[in-house]
Amino acid sequence: MNIPFGNPDRPNSYIGKTVPRPNAGRLVEGRGRYVDDITLPRMTHVVFVRSPHAHARITGIDAAEALKAKGVLRVFTGADLARVCTPWVAVLAHLKGLKSPPQHAIAVDRATWVGEPVAAVVATSRAAAEDGAALVEVGYKLLPAVTDMRSALDDATPVLHDEMGENLAFRRLHEEGDVEAAMASAHKVVSARFRTARHTGVTPEPRSILADWNPAEGQLTVWHATQAPHMMQTVFAKHLDLPEGRVRVICTDVGGSYGIKVHVYPDEVAAVAIAKVMGRPVKFVADRLESFTTDIHARDHEIEARIAVDADGRILAFDVDDWTAIGAYSVYPRTSAIEGNQVVNLCGGPYDFAHYRARTSVVFQNKTPTCQYRAVGHPIAVAVTEGLVDMAAAELGMDPVEIRRRNLFPDDAYPVTSPAKMRFEGLSHHASLDKLIALMDYDALRADQAEARKRGIHRGIGIASFIELTNPSPFMYGIGGARISAQDGCTVRMDPDGSVVALSGVTEQGQGTEAMLSQIVAEGVGVTPDKVRVITGDTQVTPYGGGTWASRGAGIGGEAALQSALALKDSILEVAGAMLQAPKDALDIRAGQVVDSATGEPRMPLEELGRIVYFRGDTLPKGLPRELVQTRHFITSDYPFAFTNGVQASYLEVDTETGMVTLLKHWCVEDCGRIINPQLVDEQIRGGIVQGLGGALFEEIHYDADGQLLNGSMADYLVPMAAEMPDMVIGHVETPTKESLLGAKGAGEAGTAGAPAAVMNAINDALRPFGAQVTEMPFTPERILRALGKIDD
Amino acid sequence: MTEAFRDRIDIALTVNGEPVEARVPAGRHLIDFLRLDLGLTGAHASCEHGVCGACTIRVDGESVRGCLMLAAQADGADVWTVEGLSDTGAVRDLQQAFVERNALQCGFCTPGMLVAAEELLSRGTVPSRTEIREHLSGNYCRCTGYEAIVDAVEGVAIARAGKGAA
Repeated sequence: MNIPFGNPDRPNSYIGKTVPRPNAGRLVEGRGRYVDDITLPRMTHVVFVRSPHAHARITGIDAAEALKAKGVLRVFTGADLARVCTPWVAVLAHLKGLKSPPQHAIAVDRATWVGEPVAAVVATSRAAAEDGAALVEVGYKLLPAVTDMRSALDDATPVLHDEMGENLAFRRLHEEGDVEAAMASAHKVVSARFRTARHTGVTPEPRSILADWNPAEGQLTVWHATQAPHMMQTVFAKHLDLPEGRVRVICTDVGGSYGIKVHVYPDEVAAVAIAKVMGRPVKFVADRLESFTTDIHARDHEIEARIAVDADGRILAFDVDDWTAIGAYSVYPRTSAIEGNQVVNLCGGPYDFAHYRARTSVVFQNKTPTCQYRAVGHPIAVAVTEGLVDMAAAELGMDPVEIRRRNLFPDDAYPVTSPAKMRFEGLSHHASLDKLIALMDYDALRADQAEARKRGIHRGIGIASFIELTNPSPFMYGIGGARISAQDGCTVRMDPDGSVVALSGVTEQGQGTEAMLSQIVAEGVGVTPDKVRVITGDTQVTPYGGGTWASRGAGIGGEAALQSALALKDSILEVAGAMLQAPKDALDIRAGQVVDSATGEPRMPLEELGRIVYFRGDTLPKGLPRELVQTRHFITSDYPFAFTNGVQASYLEVDTETGMVTLLKHWCVEDCGRIINPQLVDEQIRGGIVQGLGGALFEEIHYDADGQLLNGSMADYLVPMAAEMPDMVIGHVETPTKESLLGAKGAGEAGTAGAPAAVMNAINDALRPFGAQVTEMPFTPERILRALGKIDD
Repeated sequence: MTEAFRDRIDIALTVNGEPVEARVPAGRHLIDFLRLDLGLTGAHASCEHGVCGACTIRVDGESVRGCLMLAAQADGADVWTVEGLSDTGAVRDLQQAFVERNALQCGFCTPGMLVAAEELLSRGTVPSRTEIREHLSGNYCRCTGYEAIVDAVEGVAIARAGKGAA
C-alpha cells in the first residue's frame, strides 16, 4: 500500500531528499532551550541525599543541621513523600512470571543500591541545597549485598526482597525443534562464553526536570528532558492523584536521550511530588556522579552459547543461555525484563535454521537498576550470533562472508517466521551483504591484511549481520498493561498566510524528527518544507502519542504526519474547487500554489485561499466544509514489530605488544525501508555505530564485590571521543514496509546493534594466527593481552 | 568558614564585548556565573569535571573549561560565549557548515564544540583530519559519531585558506 516515492521528478518531492533541519540553526547559536536553561519565579532546587551503601536499613534521618543551613527550605524523607505519592510496580502481564517489589520516590526504611535517594533537600539555590544535603545525618545498618548474577539464585545467597521469596525476577525459555538432536548429529559444534559489560547512556545533558504546581489553577506543569511526555503525564497523574487532563508535560530541547530518558526515575517523581507539596517550582538536574549511579544501566549479560553446523557450513542449531542482572528493581513502566527477552527474540535473527533454544534468567542485585538503552538487547544478541558464526567458519576453514551467504534468509523468502517466532515482512540480507562487500572492497582488504601480517602488523576484518526491531505495536507494552502508547498522531493545519503547522506526538532529541516531519508534511500538503512549522513535546498541545523510542518516530509518527497532510490537502482542494469552479480531482497543490493537475498551470496561491477562507468566508458557498485542519493517528497492525536489517564491517589493527586496538575504518549497509532524509539517516547510523564502538572498546561500569560503584566519573568511565573514532562508510538498501503509505521503518538502533560484534570478529580475526580469542566486552588492552597469554596473573 | 576568607568577590570583566561588574560567591564557577547570573545559557554544564567540554568558552583568546575556572578568576578577563560569537558573526561560516553537514543532533555539545573548533581554525592553517580529531578530543558528542563534525571543520578550514589566498 506504499505511495511510490521513488520518482524524483514528482511534484513536491521532499521525501527522500536531504533538506536542512529547521532547529539546527537555533542550536548552533546557543539558542536551544534545555530544562536547565529555564528559570521560573520563586523557583527552588532539590538535591538528593543518596545511599552510600549497596544495601542498608535506614535507622534514622536527622535533618536538624541541614534545616539550619542558609537557603535550605525543607527536607523530605521517603515517609514524607509516601503520603503524597503512591509507589509503583514495574511488571508487564505478558512477561509471565515477572515480579518486582513496589518502589517509592524516595527509599522508605531500606536502601538497595549505591545512589538510591534516601532524603531530599530543597533550597533557594542548588549550591545551598548541596550544602544542606551534606548536613543530613542518615543512620544505616548494613545488610548483605547481592552483587554476582550467576550466584544470585544460590541457596546461600540472601534474598534481596523478602516478599519476592527469591532473587529471580523473570525467566523465559523458548524452544523450537530439537536442539539436542541437532547438536548430536552436527559436523561441528562450537561453543563460547560471552560477556557484555554494564553500560550507561552518558547523555550530554543530564536528566533534568522542572515541576510547577499551581494550586490556584489545579494545574501541574512539568518541563522534562524526556522521550515520552505523554507517558510521563499519565505517570505523574496516577501517582500524585491528579486528573490526567490537569498535568502538562513539556519537553523542549533535549540534550541526548538514547533510551535513558524514557523511564520513570524516583528522583524525578520526587521533585514533582515536592513541587505539589510546596506549591513552588522545583528544579532537579542530576550531576554527573548522580548520572552514573542513577541513570539506568544496561547490557550486563553473561551468555553461554553454542552453534551447530553441517559439513557445508549450514547452520543447524543455536543454543543460548543468557543471564542478566537488573539491579534492585525492575524499572517502571517498561520493566527490566525486556532486554533479556530481546536476547531470546533476536539471537540467530538473520539466519535460516531449524533448531533453536534460548533461555534468559533475569535476577535482582544491589546495583543501579538496568533497563532499555539504545538497541535494547540487540548488541548482545548480535555479538553472540555473529561471534559463533565466525567461530564456526574458522573451525570449518570457511570465509566469514561465505558462511553468511549460505545461511542468511534469501531475499525472496519473505514473509518468514523465524525459529524465535519473529515475523519478518521483508528483509534484504543478501543485497545488503553484496553492497557491503563492494563498498569495502573485501578482497583488497584481505590482501592488505596479508601483506601487513608479513610486516608483523596484525589487522583484522570483522563482519556482523543483524536485524533491528522498530515500529513497535501494542504487543511491546500495551498488552502487558502499561499505558505506553504504540499509536501516534499528527494534527496539520493551514493558516491564513498559506503556511502549515504540524503538531506531532513524537518528540525531538536531535534525531531530526522536526526535519523529517516537515519534509513529509510539505510533500503531503504540497508546500515547500520551509513553510511547515513543526511543534512537538507538549502534552497540552500535540495529539496523544508514544514519543520517541524503539525507532518509531519516522515509521509511526511520520506515517501519521503523511496521512494528516494528505487529508489537509484534500480539504484545501475541496475549498479551492468551490472557489475555482473546478472538480477537486482536476486540482493539485504544488509549492504552495493550487494548480491545474493536468497542466501544472497555477490557479491560486494558498495565501489567497487562506485569505478568503479566514476573512471572506461570506463569499464561499453556504455549508461548504472549510476546516483547514486535519488529524490522523497511525498504528501498525499487521505485524507486532517492523524489522529492519543490515550488515556492518570493521577493519582494525591490534598491537599485540600493548593490546591496543586502532580502528581503521567501519562500514554499514542497512535497510530502514523508506529513507526520508538521507543525511539524517546516515548520521543516525554513524552516531549509533560510535555508541556501539564505545561498548566494544571502552565502556564498562565497575562495581566491587560489596556493590560499590568504582567509576562514577567521565574520567573513569571511558566514552568514545573524536580521536579514537574511524571514518565510516554508510550504504543503504531500501525495502519499504507495506504496512504504511510511507514505508518507513526505523534507523536508530542499527549502528549500535551491529558495531560491537563487527569489532569483536575483527579483533579475533587479527588474533587468530596466535590462537587467541576475546569474547568479553569491552576489549580492553588488558583483556587482549590476557587472551594472548602476555598477562597471566 | 573563617573571617579571613572572603566568600564574596567583586569582579569586573567583559563578556561578549560588554562590561560586566558583579559580586560573586568565591566558589561560583565561571560557567555558573555565565548561565545563572548573566543568563547566557548557550554553553552548558554537563560533566562538571573538565572532561566533556560542553562548557567550553573563550577566555582571553583561549578555549577554557567553564566548569574548571572560578568566576573570581575571570576578573579583568575578556570572555566570549557562543551568544557573542554568533552576534558578531565570528563563527558564522563554522555554524553554517555544522548545519549543512548535520554536524549536530541534540545540539547540547555544539556551543562548546564550536569554540574549540574555532580555536583550532584561528591558527590559520589547514589541519589534517587527524589533527582535527585530536583537537576536538576534549569535546564529548554522543549523537553524531564525530565524522560530520570533522567534515564541517575541515571544510571551513579549506574554505578560509582559499579565501585568504584569493
